[in-house]
Amino acid sequence: MFAYIMRRLGVLFVILFGSSFILYNLAAISGDPLEALRTSSAPNAKQQMLVLTRSLHLNIPPPIRYFIWLKGILGVFIGHIDFGMTRNAQPVATSISAAIPVTIRLVAGATFVAILLGITMGIVTALRQYSRFDYFMTFVSFLMFSLPIFWVAVLLKQYLAITFNNFLSHPTVTPGWLIGLSIASGIFWAAVISGSRKRVWSIFVAAASSTGIFLEILSITKWFIHPGLGPVIILGAGIGVAFAITQLSTGISHRPALKAALVMAAMGPVVYYPVQYIFNTNGRLISFPLLVLVTIGFAVAISFYFAKIDRGPVIRTAVLTASLIGILLIVDKFMQTWRPYMETDAVNYRPIPTVSQANSLLAPGNYWFTALDILVHMFLPTIALTLISFAGYTRYSRGTLLDVLNQDYIRTARAKGLTERTVIMRHAFRNTMIPLTTIIVVDIAGIIGGAIITERVFGWVGMGTLFNQALTSFDLNLLMGVFLLTSFLTVFANLVADLLYSALDPRIRVGG
Amino acid sequence: MGKKSNAMDPTADFSDHSIANLETKGLSQGQIVRRRFIRHRAAVGSLFLLGSIIIFVFSALNLHILFFHYHGWWKYSTTDLPELMYKNCPNDSIGCPTLDVIPKFIDGTGVGLGAHPFGQDDIGRDYFALVMRGAQRSILVMFIIGIIAAVIGTVIGAIAGFFRGWVDAVLMRFTDFIITIPSIIIGSVIGFHFGNLGVMFLAFYLGMFSWTGLSRLVRGEFLSLREREFVDAARVAGASNRRIIFKHILPNAVGVIIVSVTLLMSGAILLETALSYLGFGVIPPDVSLGLLISQYQDAFTTRPWLFWYPGIFIIIIALCVNFIGDGLRDAFDPRQRARLTKRMRTRKVPLENQGAKSE
Repeated sequence: MFAYIMRRLGVLFVILFGSSFILYNLAAISGDPLEALRTSSAPNAKQQMLVLTRSLHLNIPPPIRYFIWLKGILGVFIGHIDFGMTRNAQPVATSISAAIPVTIRLVAGATFVAILLGITMGIVTALRQYSRFDYFMTFVSFLMFSLPIFWVAVLLKQYLAITFNNFLSHPTVTPGWLIGLSIASGIFWAAVISGSRKRVWSIFVAAASSTGIFLEILSITKWFIHPGLGPVIILGAGIGVAFAITQLSTGISHRPALKAALVMAAMGPVVYYPVQYIFNTNGRLISFPLLVLVTIGFAVAISFYFAKIDRGPVIRTAVLTASLIGILLIVDKFMQTWRPYMETDAVNYRPIPTVSQANSLLAPGNYWFTALDILVHMFLPTIALTLISFAGYTRYSRGTLLDVLNQDYIRTARAKGLTERTVIMRHAFRNTMIPLTTIIVVDIAGIIGGAIITERVFGWVGMGTLFNQALTSFDLNLLMGVFLLTSFLTVFANLVADLLYSALDPRIRVGG
Repeated sequence: MGKKSNAMDPTADFSDHSIANLETKGLSQGQIVRRRFIRHRAAVGSLFLLGSIIIFVFSALNLHILFFHYHGWWKYSTTDLPELMYKNCPNDSIGCPTLDVIPKFIDGTGVGLGAHPFGQDDIGRDYFALVMRGAQRSILVMFIIGIIAAVIGTVIGAIAGFFRGWVDAVLMRFTDFIITIPSIIIGSVIGFHFGNLGVMFLAFYLGMFSWTGLSRLVRGEFLSLREREFVDAARVAGASNRRIIFKHILPNAVGVIIVSVTLLMSGAILLETALSYLGFGVIPPDVSLGLLISQYQDAFTTRPWLFWYPGIFIIIIALCVNFIGDGLRDAFDPRQRARLTKRMRTRKVPLENQGAKSE
């Protein structure tokens, strides 16, 4: 195994060497970095050309110049890596390290949402194979496969951003929207749950009417103007979360798990006010990891109290429930920040921006304002990217789960008399996750590559923009810096995916 | 059992099984696949739609291929400069579309194309002609990329999978090497320098970099097929490597290849539009759908049709190709189809009949 990994790593470096050499030379002959200066009439053009030639070694032919660049890169082995300078006499490493957080913010959120939603949808459609819902989702995912992202982005900017902003500045739900949303929710739940005709209709009526009443209450109580959850809703939502997580994780009949999860739900309102105090200390970052640790520690302790044997599933259930309730508390804090944020001059009741990655007019200093600002700027690009990548996960997880459900061990599990929940969650879902994990690993590595088109449409300055800029201004060192990072991560992620695959699925051997 | 008696069979509801049973009745592999494909209504519809679009789009404008001249049925070409129309346009815009699909009894005017059904661009060129040309480009690029990637990917994957050993190692490392160079990057680098060599060249080099996934798939398929008994039997009977590859393994791997090429083609159409959008693909004065969208995205608020029509064509073409790919996957690889759903299991017809019938 060790020999195999070493061999793969060795090959990885040879490949990176070869492809970077070829790309360097291709990029070098693709344009003249001095072209703008040659035709420039500025008095110091000649001077600038000389400076640029000297700093970028432009007098050396590209195949040899490559080795100067490589020498800087190979400095990684002596602890001092040098990516070279950009045209503007700035270290490439600086530009890249400024772009990485932006790119991660842009792509990571979308990838996460797409994975979560995509896998859920894939599983639901596989379990309801050949139902109307399945056909509908198949159509939707193929439609999303076929969408050019810049086209979606322009549509989102034009319709979603403006409509949503109009709604948020005067938040009342009009009767048309109320009826439309209620019917949509009714159709969705009826399709997902399905069953006999009578059951479908009753689900439709129940879902539609509860959605309608819910929206109406929110509208009447002016919740959209002063959003927030408060301890009562957190308790209610927490109990719901506790039951749902227990059902998925261990089954409701597992009493210790249910009890531990319900205690977690009860803790939500108890810790509500203390947590508000910690939040209001304006996000001294040290307190967040501490809060997370305390939450998990408490969940584990409670599970130890309720379960004497076989603690694993109980701990899992309690920790999942506690994390979701923690997220609810953070969401509540963001909601409380919403109104003051809207009222600032920088936002002025138009909260959903269509361009740029942050509001430069917003006064710095308030941690929650800054965080909320980042979130609203992520809104449109995240939706656009999610729409595009969601379809792939849905199709893939649906296909894999259907494959798994046809396996003999699923029939065996059913024949043993296991409940459907156990068969699906423990026998089918886990095996579905094996090929999915490897895909997810490669995709997460691809996050750093950025999204050239999305960044351009929404005016973000991340890795994609950097690459585009390097290409159009013939900034060789910058181009190679971006390329080296993204391609290294791609090849490395493929290696990790192969290893992970064989670790998760003992039928597959690497090396040999 | 013929078609007629099958229709009266109480178990005909189990259409998957009735087809599976027909397999034992002397149908060839091709016939089985064709039948399964035809049962996939969305795929057949898409195939029909795509075919119609291709005929519609390519017959609209004049074509000159070497000595062959074809006169298109549409009155304008992409270079004509008719007068810019601004009568009856909303919001004082210019060159609005004259296409009217609302019948007379609703809005008083009849259904009709008018002079410029999709409107006109900034300088008055007919937008219908531009969209037709753009769609021609996109379809052409899609097929060229598909064919080149299919040939290279199949050859490399087949050789690597069949011969294994050092041939496999070298070819797969070469594939890894190509994978590290993302096609959008190489497209931009070359496109920046040679972009005006035309759309054929663009498609050609994009094809040269899109075969990697396919070659891995084909290799995997060959690795498993070459261990099967029928290959051993062929070898014992004295078949050459060439015969084994072409007559015994390739026909069994063709499903994987076709399905993956279809999906690659729908990706290719989006790749071309994305590159053209970034300015590294098709370059003006040539026209492509991606280029049209990027040229007029700022005009969206005042003249949305300049944005809608090319986008809708991209989506319809890509959607059709995706559905055809799905139908082919179902036809070649029925593993995901045959599962009995709960509803099927609880139907009146007992399952034992199934088993009895297939005997």
